[in-house]
Parts: sequence; structure tokens; C-alpha cells
Amino acid sequence: MPEPAQAAVVRVRGLVSRFGAQVVHDGLDMEVRANEIFGVVGGSGTGKTVLLRTILGLRAPDAGTVELYGKDVQQLAAGDRSALVRSCGVTFQNGALISSLTVAQNIQLPLREYHPVSEHTLGQLAELNLALVGLTPDAGTKYPSQLSGGMVKRAALARALSMEPKLLFLDEPTAGLDPISAAAFDELLLYLHSQLRLTVVMITHDLDTLFRTCNRVGVIVDGRMISDTLGGLMQNQNPWIREYFHGPRARAAEKDVHG
Amino acid sequence: MTVLELEREGDDWRLHLDGDWSLEAMAPIEAQLRALPDGLRGTLVCDWSRAEAPGIGPAWVLLMRLAELGAPPLDVRHTGDPPHFLELLQKLEAEPRAAPASSEAGTGLEHSVSEVGRWAVLQGTEGRAVIGFFGRLVTVFQEAFSRPRALRPSSLARHIYETGITAIPIVSLIAFLISVIVAYLGAQQLNKFGADIFVVDLVTISVLREMGVLLTAIIVAGRSGSAFAAEIGVMQLNEETDALRAMGMNPIELLVVPRLLALVIALPLLTVIADAMGLAGGALLSLVNLHIPLPQFTSRLRESLAPTTFWAGLIKAPVFAILIAMVGTYRGMQVRDSARELGRLTTVAVVQSIFLVILADAIFAVVFVQIDF
Repeated sequence: MPEPAQAAVVRVRGLVSRFGAQVVHDGLDMEVRANEIFGVVGGSGTGKTVLLRTILGLRAPDAGTVELYGKDVQQLAAGDRSALVRSCGVTFQNGALISSLTVAQNIQLPLREYHPVSEHTLGQLAELNLALVGLTPDAGTKYPSQLSGGMVKRAALARALSMEPKLLFLDEPTAGLDPISAAAFDELLLYLHSQLRLTVVMITHDLDTLFRTCNRVGVIVDGRMISDTLGGLMQNQNPWIREYFHGPRARAAEKDVHG
Repeated sequence: MTVLELEREGDDWRLHLDGDWSLEAMAPIEAQLRALPDGLRGTLVCDWSRAEAPGIGPAWVLLMRLAELGAPPLDVRHTGDPPHFLELLQKLEAEPRAAPASSEAGTGLEHSVSEVGRWAVLQGTEGRAVIGFFGRLVTVFQEAFSRPRALRPSSLARHIYETGITAIPIVSLIAFLISVIVAYLGAQQLNKFGADIFVVDLVTISVLREMGVLLTAIIVAGRSGSAFAAEIGVMQLNEETDALRAMGMNPIELLVVPRLLALVIALPLLTVIADAMGLAGGALLSLVNLHIPLPQFTSRLRESLAPTTFWAGLIKAPVFAILIAMVGTYRGMQVRDSARELGRLTTVAVVQSIFLVILADAIFAVVFVQIDF
């Protein structure tokens, strides 16, 4: 079934990433369309996080191009790139909350940097973002070290949302969470996706999350990406993909969603 | 730039939202919302038809402001294609939110008394913690010496290399330069009395007794004391020390003992090098500036030296080493929670170890004079 042509929000073409002699990406293509939740999976060391860092311009590609909203990230002047990246929300694997600031201050950090508004309003905006991710205002006064793993993930998401991005990158958002918190995070993500009309690119190993939330999934195999809907990937004959989507854990996750 | 306009419409109010309502325009939106009159009554209709790219943040701030406008709460309605997330915001708004905790501010006197009390208690617990650390260190040492493997030769060697060998160039350079400076300035004064030759006494005694060891200790406190605190501090932040404890190993034995021993070995050796370089600097300056040939310098040096002069300096080195290593590792072990703590405690480690080194040096000076060492 051909899908209607939609504007690509993220377009990666022929990406090559090398670390010394080791080639991680070898001509990788990727396309994320507006308003979808795109999952990125792959074995350990296949360069999922490297891909994310490259898209965000934190790492220069060794070859190939990365476009966000049709603009080549590497070709932009520093100021334009900063503005473009600012319109994306990012959460990192371990939260990467600034440890010397409270959660509320973490959320206000980019707001304070770019918008000259009063403390009162900053407080309201922090409260809004905390409420969006299901945290109480009380959590805003805590320091990152005082939070549980699930709260760190939510706080990181709140910080990522604070600049009202249209495009959200999540690096392993449910890793290290208990199944209940992980499921709650899935629901939260779906909810925000529908309410805020976000485009989400998510690196995940959590098959439950993958089946529950993602419209399309890109699998990194042999340095390239195979993107398809979950249904399409289930039919794919690539041995790694077969093993990934037909292993015992995948079957269980699939049954939970469809059964 | 006008972003909103309040209009009377019969008994009701109509609020036109105009122009850019994205997060970018947060500042003017905030200011103009603030300027809305309080104490409105009746129904207020928000007209979104002219708002461009409304953002969720500005919309939230608007709702918050509207909620506090009416004396009896206003009946707020939205028209003109309100943004899709408005429903979500109204739901969030309806949820009970705890009022921000107001900090209890006591009277000035009460506050200052409680501050003093807090400080005193903090000093007390800090003192206890230091004594506890020292005690644990002693027991670990006691045990380690009965079990030589616990002294970890490879780790010890690495730390001797890092704190000792790699410090040789900077210690040599500084000892050499300082002693040249002392000799040069001393020569200017002694020259007035025609007592040039006493420059040799000045240089040898000051370098061997005091400056060689003190400068070395201060350099090492800056180099290695900070490194100890930072290394152990990062391990604390990464829960590496907890992992060691959980595996039944003692972080003090693994992390503190090798560093302390290494410094106790390295600092005296560095002091000897600093002494040698200091004397070389004095000799060079005497030769160039005062035309005292080297043989004369060395014979004068032998005359001026008491047998204990060299040892009076060197004996202090291990003590300084213990102080520097203990402060550095202790502060490192104290790091908790945040990167800022790491920076603060690393600074504290350097400042305190330099202070303690100088304090100990003063005590040594008095004691040596009293016992005529």
C-alpha cells in the first residue's frame, strides 16, 4: 500500500561514519516524514547513537548529507544551525540533566537563554512542561540526583519539550525503566504525539515500545538502514531482522499489542 | 507590537489575540497579559482567529492569567479556531496543583542564630567525618602492611610515575628560578656590606631548609592533590566506588592507600631534586653575577652547612605528602551528586592542602628552633 507522499522532516543520504578503520555507517539512507513516530533499531555497536549525533550536527559525517526540514545541517552557518537544532527537542540516554540545577531550572535553562521573560512566567512554563510529562510541580524543586530513573527520563523529556519543538529525538527513552513505567512512558509519548503533533525519532531496544508506538521502523544492518512499517519488516527475509522480529521476546511483545 | 486587545461586547468581554503567538513572542505576550485589568466580571471570549502559530507555552501563560483575572472566576470561552492543544491545557489547568511552597522566613535574629547553629553542626559532623576517615585509613594501612599484596605494586608504580616522575621538569624549573631570584636579590643587599660570599650561605640554607621542600609540596598539592580529588570524585559520581564496595573491596585500600604511599615516596625524591636544582641555580648566579668560581662556592657551601640542614628540609617531605594525599583523597570521597560539587571539592582540596602544608611548616620551624636541629 503506497503511502501518500509527505514532506520529509529528516533526510539522510549516503551517510558514511568511520572511526579509524572501523566503518559504522556505509551509505546509510533514512527518511522521517512529518507527524510520524520513527523507531531506529539495530544491534549494539551499529551506530544508532552516532546516527543521532550526526543528525543533530554534533558530529560531522565522513560522507553523505543530513537534511533537517530540507536544509543541509553541515552547510548552514553556525547561527542558523543553532536555530535549526534549537527547534528540535533531544533527550539523551542517561537524561543528561545538568546536575547542579534543579529540574525546574533545567527546564528553564533554554527558555532563560533565548527569551527574556519574568521569573513568574518561567515558573509557569516549567510547571506546564512538568505537567505535560506527568510530573508534579514538587518534582521541579528537586535535583537530578534525587530523582528515580523513570523521573529522570520524564524530566529530560520535559526539558526537551520546553522549547516547543516540532521534532523530537529520543535516545533509548525507556531503557532502564520497569515495565509499568516503560508502558506509561509509551502512553505519554503517544499522547503528546497526538496532542502536540510532534514528529518523533526514537532509538529503542524496547520491543514493546516499538510495537506500541512506532509508525515506521528503520533497522540498521551492515551499515545501511532498512526502513519499513512494522508489518513490512515482519515479512523481511534479512536474517538479522528475522531474528529480531521473530525471536521469543518479539513474539510476546507482538501478542501483547495485537492479541 | 500588539498581541492582544480587550474589547467590551455588551455585558461580556472579547479578547482578540493578534499577531505572533509563538514562544518567540513570549516577552511582549507576558508584558501585555500583565497589563490586563483585574476584576473583570461575566464572560470573556478569546478570539484566536488572528493569532499566528500559537505556541503551547504562551497559551498556558494566557490561561493562567485569565484564571486570576476575574474576581468571581470568569467564564472563559474560546473561538476562532483555537489551537489543537488547548483542550489538553484546560485539562492540565483543572488538575489540582500544589501551591509553591513558601519558604519560611524567620526574623533577622532568628535567621542568623539558626545560620550559626547550622554552621556549627556542619563543622561538628565534618570534624567527625575527618577523624573517621583518618581512623579507617590507619586500620586499612595496618592490615595492608601485613598483607603486601594489598599494597598493589602496579598501582603504586603508576601513581609514583604520575605524581613524581612527570613532576620533575616543573619542580626543577621552579626551584632553579626561585633560587636564582633569591641569590640575585640577596647579592644586591650583601654587596653593600662587601659580604658577597654570604650569598652562598643564604642560598644553601634557604633552599635546603625551607624552599626546596615547601615549593615542591605546593606544586605537588596543585598538581596531584587536585588530580586525586577529581579522579576519586568522578568515580564517586559514576558509582564506581559503590561498585567496589559491593564487590567486597575497600575503596580506601584500592584508591587511597596507593596514592598516599606513592606521594610519600615521590615527594622526598622530588625534594632532593629541587634542592639540587636550587643549589645549581645559586651556583650559576654566583658565578655569573658575583664571579665566585664553582670550587669556592662548594667549599663555602660545606662550611656553611650544619650536618642537619639537609635533613631538616627533607624530613618534612613525607609529612607534607601525607597531608596532601589525605586532603585530596578525602575531598574526592566526599563528592556527591553533581558536577558542581566535584569542582568545589577539588578547589577545596588544593586550598586546604596548601594551607595545611604551610601550617605544618610553621610548626616544624618552631620545633626545630626549640630543639636546635
